[in-house]
Amino acid sequence: MALQDVSGFQDTPMSHMWNSPASLSGPMGDTTPLLDMADERILGWGRFKSSERDGGVPLRFFIPPPQSSVPFRCDNRHTSLSSLSTSSSPPTRRPFPLSHGTTTLAFVFQGGVIAAADTRASCSGLVACPSAQKILPIHSHLLVTTSGSGADCMLWERILAREIRLYQLRHGRRLSITGSAKLLSHMLHPFKGTDVCVAATLCGWDVEEVRVEEFKGKRVDRMGSGRDDSISPAKRPVEETVMSTSDACSQDDLTDSACERTRHAVTDVDLTRSPVRDRCGPKLFYVCSDGTRLQGELFSVGSGSPYAYGVLDGEVRWSLNEEEAISLAREAVYRATHRDAYSGNCVDLFHITAQGYCRRDREDLREEYHRERERVLKRGKEESEEDKK
Amino acid sequence: MEYLIGIQGQDFVLVAADNVAAHSIVKMKQDQDKMFKLSDKILLLCVGEAGDTVQFAEYIQKNIQLYKMRNGYELSPTAAANFTRKNLADYLRSRTPYHVNLLLAGFDETDGPGLYYMDHLSALAKAPFAAHGHGAYLTLSILDRYYRPDLTRDEAMDLLKKCIEELNHRFILNLPSFSVRLIDKDGTHDPEKLIPVGAK
Repeated sequence: MALQDVSGFQDTPMSHMWNSPASLSGPMGDTTPLLDMADERILGWGRFKSSERDGGVPLRFFIPPPQSSVPFRCDNRHTSLSSLSTSSSPPTRRPFPLSHGTTTLAFVFQGGVIAAADTRASCSGLVACPSAQKILPIHSHLLVTTSGSGADCMLWERILAREIRLYQLRHGRRLSITGSAKLLSHMLHPFKGTDVCVAATLCGWDVEEVRVEEFKGKRVDRMGSGRDDSISPAKRPVEETVMSTSDACSQDDLTDSACERTRHAVTDVDLTRSPVRDRCGPKLFYVCSDGTRLQGELFSVGSGSPYAYGVLDGEVRWSLNEEEAISLAREAVYRATHRDAYSGNCVDLFHITAQGYCRRDREDLREEYHRERERVLKRGKEESEEDKK
Repeated sequence: MEYLIGIQGQDFVLVAADNVAAHSIVKMKQDQDKMFKLSDKILLLCVGEAGDTVQFAEYIQKNIQLYKMRNGYELSPTAAANFTRKNLADYLRSRTPYHVNLLLAGFDETDGPGLYYMDHLSALAKAPFAAHGHGAYLTLSILDRYYRPDLTRDEAMDLLKKCIEELNHRFILNLPSFSVRLIDKDGTHDPEKLIPVGAK
């Protein structure tokens, strides 16, 4: 994808239809493309106007005008968008209702980030695929857990990977996890109000002083390798105490904006200087297609998420060791798949540290179910023996 | 679901916002900061539809900073409020209106403290006290009853605590903690995070 972009290769004759501004203009005859309004200003997407840049992938989507029967969006958007539908093609009908069933979770602890997800791809009552992959690596220190519409997630995850790689090539340093989350959120914003449904958690580790230098084809990759000793273990953020003086969190949010401001200014001017503030350590962001972008330490997304929260909220602590964290994640997914019809089959577990991510073998939750039953039986036997004594 | 409140005193403005970021029935985040710093002495509190709040508030924030970079001086709270309202109004009848409710609180060297109430229909009103959200129905009468223009900082804080206790008592949703900030001639201060007794 990146190569296609850079070389301006267009392989399908359809691409001109996607990319020509004429097909996207409104009925009034004005030449502003459909998506021009907010995103141009926010992202400076003017550079994507020309059709060469997009290659075969339509970055500017032709959005069919929404039907008035779509219930879940607020009325403002519909009344303003419906005026466009009169002169466009008849509204496209979805052949089947989209439904999203999944359980994904991720949390931060002293040993890094754990990400876990089930592997069932469901479509209403049908299990479309019992071995889907819902946790997708973007690069060595960033994973995305996907939930929502499978097709949307797959596409947007690839677009995100492409944009992060382009950033890396253009600026000589890897985009931080915070920046990646912001990038994804801003890319999804123009599609708010449409049927795009992506609820992703970005799990990663921000590495200090990340540099990738390219010398005419010879790549010197310094990221991660020799730097691990200098990276201090993740520091626990300051805990709030009840009715006490202000904590660090609220102050940080205000200074965040100041620091990010200066960081962007520095990067544009001088590429050899490292970022002003680079909080290295584990990071977890929740990004949703409705525009939400939250940083946190524990997120669970999907139809099975309430069940997972029930297990995780009582047990997740900063001080967990790796084994405990992984078994906790496994159990949370197991409980969710037990109760939720749209989650099930196997569980994927990933663990991200300063050295990168490592993936465990996919585990069938049927085994977990049988192990649980044995445990319960054994416990029942032990208790009855004790009662006898 | 969300709650904002602002109280203007003689030479300060006290503002508070709840900290919950919710998604249908689940609290995704319990320490979300809904205040955006526009400048040293101007805060924008923003609630409303999920993605719109952050997008719009950051858009305003960056533009205010850009103004400062270009012109060398900061916008006054009145100017910032009017700029925000203008943007809301421009987008109101577009294809993508921003569904956000705002409070802008600031301190001006010449005009003193100011609290501006803005809603999703881009109304703008300068008010001595204001609140947004379902909680506003419960607390505006308390503010009406006890507010005086010459409140001291401690009295304003007590009034704020009264409002939050009322929410804790009567509001069906549990809002466990609130961020509080105070703006005066010395800038923005964080007195404390308010956690009503009995909430977890």
